[in-house]
Order: sequence, then C-alpha cells, then structure tokens
Amino acid sequence: MGSVLVVAAVQDGRIKRSTLEVLSRSRDVAASLGVPCEAVIMHPDGARFAGDLHAYGASTVHVVAHPIFANHLNTPVLAALEQVISDRKPRLVVAASTEAIKDVLGSLAVRCDAAVLADVASFEADGQTVTAERPVMAAKMLAQTSTNHGRVLVSVRSGSYEASEGAVSGTVVDVPFSFDDTSLRQTLRDIVRTTGDTVDLSEARVVVAAGRGVRDAEGKKLVDELAATLGAAIGASRAVVETGLFPATAQIGQTGKVVSPELYFAIGISGAIQHVAGMSNSRVIVAINKDGDAPIFDYATYGLVGDLFKIMPPLIEELKKAVAS
Amino acid sequence: MRFCVCIKQVPDVQANVQTGRMVLNAYDASAVEEALVLSEAHGGEVDLVLVGADAAKETVRKALAMGASAATHFVTDAQTDSHAVSEMLASHFADHSYDVILTGKQSQDTDSGLAGGMLAERLGLVYASNAVGLSIDGDLLVVTRQGDSGQEIIALPTPCLVTCSNDMNDPRIPSLKGIMAAKKKAIAAVPLASVPDSRLTVHAVRPPAPREPGMKLDGEASELGTELVRRLQEESGVL
Repeated sequence: MGSVLVVAAVQDGRIKRSTLEVLSRSRDVAASLGVPCEAVIMHPDGARFAGDLHAYGASTVHVVAHPIFANHLNTPVLAALEQVISDRKPRLVVAASTEAIKDVLGSLAVRCDAAVLADVASFEADGQTVTAERPVMAAKMLAQTSTNHGRVLVSVRSGSYEASEGAVSGTVVDVPFSFDDTSLRQTLRDIVRTTGDTVDLSEARVVVAAGRGVRDAEGKKLVDELAATLGAAIGASRAVVETGLFPATAQIGQTGKVVSPELYFAIGISGAIQHVAGMSNSRVIVAINKDGDAPIFDYATYGLVGDLFKIMPPLIEELKKAVAS
Repeated sequence: MRFCVCIKQVPDVQANVQTGRMVLNAYDASAVEEALVLSEAHGGEVDLVLVGADAAKETVRKALAMGASAATHFVTDAQTDSHAVSEMLASHFADHSYDVILTGKQSQDTDSGLAGGMLAERLGLVYASNAVGLSIDGDLLVVTRQGDSGQEIIALPTPCLVTCSNDMNDPRIPSLKGIMAAKKKAIAAVPLASVPDSRLTVHAVRPPAPREPGMKLDGEASELGTELVRRLQEESGVL
C-alpha cells in the first residue's frame, strides 16, 4: 500500500502551524495503516525546512526547490505535485486547507485520478476506506463522507488537530524539477499584500474580530489596541470588510478564513451564520454586542451586552494589567 | 467575449431554520453578475449551464432574468459529487466553445470548492480560483484573487476558467422587464438517463456537538472588564 504524503506550506519563513497539525495527524494515520509518512515541500529554499518536518514525523521529505515557488501560482504547484505523486504513488495526500491548496485540489484530483475529501474537520483511514467529517451547510451540519477510491486527497481545516512533535530520523530527497515561463500559461502581475498582517489569522492563538458595530476609525482603534495588548491577530466580519475599514484578508467566515483560536473576541459582530461558520470551533468566545438578542450570544462563552465603545476602554486597561503581571 | 456560467440550485443556508427553500448558489450569482457586467462593457453574451433536478429550472429562470441569454439544463434527480458534475459539464463544453467559463468558487451547501478546478483540468484550460475582481485587458482576462496573504493579480489568456467569490460584487435583483424577458428565453433541457459515478458517499448528516452553554455578564461597563478578565484567568485559563 502507498504512503501518506503531506503537502507542507511555509509562511513568513517557517512551516505553517496548520501543516504541523496535519502532519501530526497524518503520522498517526500512516502508523495505523503501517505505511510511511512522507512530506513534500515546494519552496525556493525548501531543504532548510526538512528538519522541522522530520521533527513532526515525516520520514522522507521531498524537496522541490525552485524560484517559481516564491509566490503562489497554480500551474507550477500542479506540475510539481503531479510529478511527486506519480513517482511516489501515495494512498493519501493530505494538506492544510489553505487558499493555495484550495486553488489546486480539484484540478490535481483529476490529473492524479484521485477522490477528494475537501476542507474536513477530521479524517481516518483503514485498508479500504477513507472517512472524513466535513462541515456543510455553512458549518451548521457535519457530513460523514467516505470513499473507497485507491487514491484520496484530503484537505484539513486549520485547528482540527493538535500539532505534536514525533521526531523520526529521515532522509531528504531533492526532486529534479524544471519549469519555464511558457508552461506557466499565466502571468502574475502583482501581489497586493495587506500591511499590518503581523499575526497570521489562521494560525493565531488569540483573535480579535470586528463586526459592523465597530462602525468607524474610533472603533477600529479600540480593536487594534485590544489586539496589540494580547498579541492577537485581527479578524473581521464580511459586513465590516465591505465598509473598507478592515482588509479582505481579515475576513472570517464561510467565504473567508476559518479560525479556531484559544480565545476569540467578537466585537460588534451579530453572528450571522456565514460568520459563525468560520469561528465556532474557537475554544473560548467572548462577544461584546449592544443587542442582547444577537445570535452571537448563542455561541459566546462570555457575553457582554452593552455599548462596545463604553465596555472596551476599561477592558483594555484590565487586560494590560493582567498581561503585565 | 463569450461567457458561460456554470450555476447550481442549492438550499438557502441563510435561513436559521431550515426552510427547504431552494435558491441560486450565492457564489454563482456573483459569477453571473460579473459576466453580465463584463459583457455589457465589452460586448458578448452570457450563457448558462447547470446540472440538477427539474425544479432547478426556477433557478435558471432567475439567472436568465438577471440578463443571461440562454441556458442548458442537464436534468437529473441523482445525487452527484463534484467529480461527476464536472464530468457532465465537461461533456457540454466539448461541443460548445466560450472565451471564459465562470463558476462559483464553491456551493454554499457542500462547500467543497472542487468542481471549477476539476472542470478546468478536464478541458485543459488555464484557470484561477477565488476571484474577487475581473477585468478585460486586450485579449487577456485579469483576475484579482484572494490568496493566503494578500490579493494576487493574474493575467490569463482566453479561453480560461475562473471561479468567483461572492465578495466580487452584489448580484443584481432581476427587474420586472428582465423577468418577463426571461420567460421567452431558451432553456435547452437535456434529460440524463444516467450520470457518471460519484467517488464520495455521504453516510450521515448531523448537527455538530453543541457548544457548552455560555453566560452573559451583567453590570456597569466599567465593571464588566474586571469581571471578564477574572473569568478568563480563573475559569478558562486562557490569559
């Protein structure tokens, strides 16, 4: 039987936490199947991350080092993954459900004759079947879904598993990969990076998310200050992103990022189902909203009903004291 | 440019209580809107294609009322996964050529986000996913897509395929004139005796485990902060 192959992702010069989560789970699944757990990394300087992948259980790390991987483009990622998959013939290919992976998953499945379990909350495999739980209907329901196909691609929501070290001694394989501009079939003209993305939203331990109740620059200042106090990433509901107050990269929900931090602050967020789909797995949820009937309070561990402009300044002072001590 | 938008009829997930109401997938509605805007500005026509039950023709009429020209409806009651749907759509495009194929980036019911990429691969087309903006620059389609750490601006030659986010635009509400005109537009209904095999089996759909009930903290704004911080430290241990 083929191996379990994890597709690793790098951000800000390190392996993404969501990759380590997926690798930790894949290592256990591979052990239960009695097959090797391997990893592939596509990065201009991929070899330097191999040690981290060994530390979380990847025995063989396939490094596709090419300058083209400095920025995401689907054609070279597809070409590299197709090459490694056709060479290694893994039974399972597992990756964290990032935008980069979502961009290639369907196409890769057709190219490699695989079934796909996309954006799952959990997965398991036995000799014949791969089974997953998938959030559906804006995460209001979980669908138990399975496939008996010989090759299966799985993408996993961030925060679904704990990242836990499980070091193995391993080898690094340099994958010969050539790619020229004519194979690109597209041109990357520009990347508009969001400034102030100091803490990556989908990886953050604490998230402070703003909704329409945040209203204006004064409200945004309170959100920024609360986030700075806790070293938190800043998120936003679709409604407040549309006002232009927060960037699209901050959007949390069915169409944006899915987060599951230890602590989530919903500031002036009513809790529309599309937003809740992206945050309901957070461990502790604090909601501040002036409408006591807002649906967000159905999910809140602690609900503070009142005017956020009055509640937040003293709260920030208290948190500063707590963090300092 | 000639556009074809792949659409789907899905349950309304906006409703907090499941009403059983069926609607045009929100992401597909944005794809229809964007195709209409581009064809109005640069010339061209917008066609539609979908796979679904006979009742989905209501959704087709809605998209036609928005301004699309004609539609092909593959009629089947079978439950199909992205793999099967993309295979059926690919057979349609084998003898219908377009400059740009648009799809929603995912269905709002299953949230898989696979059919667009699968279709592009089957047709050998270059593609971009999760588009939040589209424009035409000469012969090229310029796509702004939301990536992991910013917006990536990519120029694609035609023919190509793009999957659309609902953050792209606000789809128009069909006008009365549009609704009347749609009644006369052609829907080619193609009954399907069989559908391609799906690769996934859905066994059970159930609500997730409920969250532990929370509590509302009462009091003066100035005191709520103290109370919350105490509970975050002592009860939850997250500070």
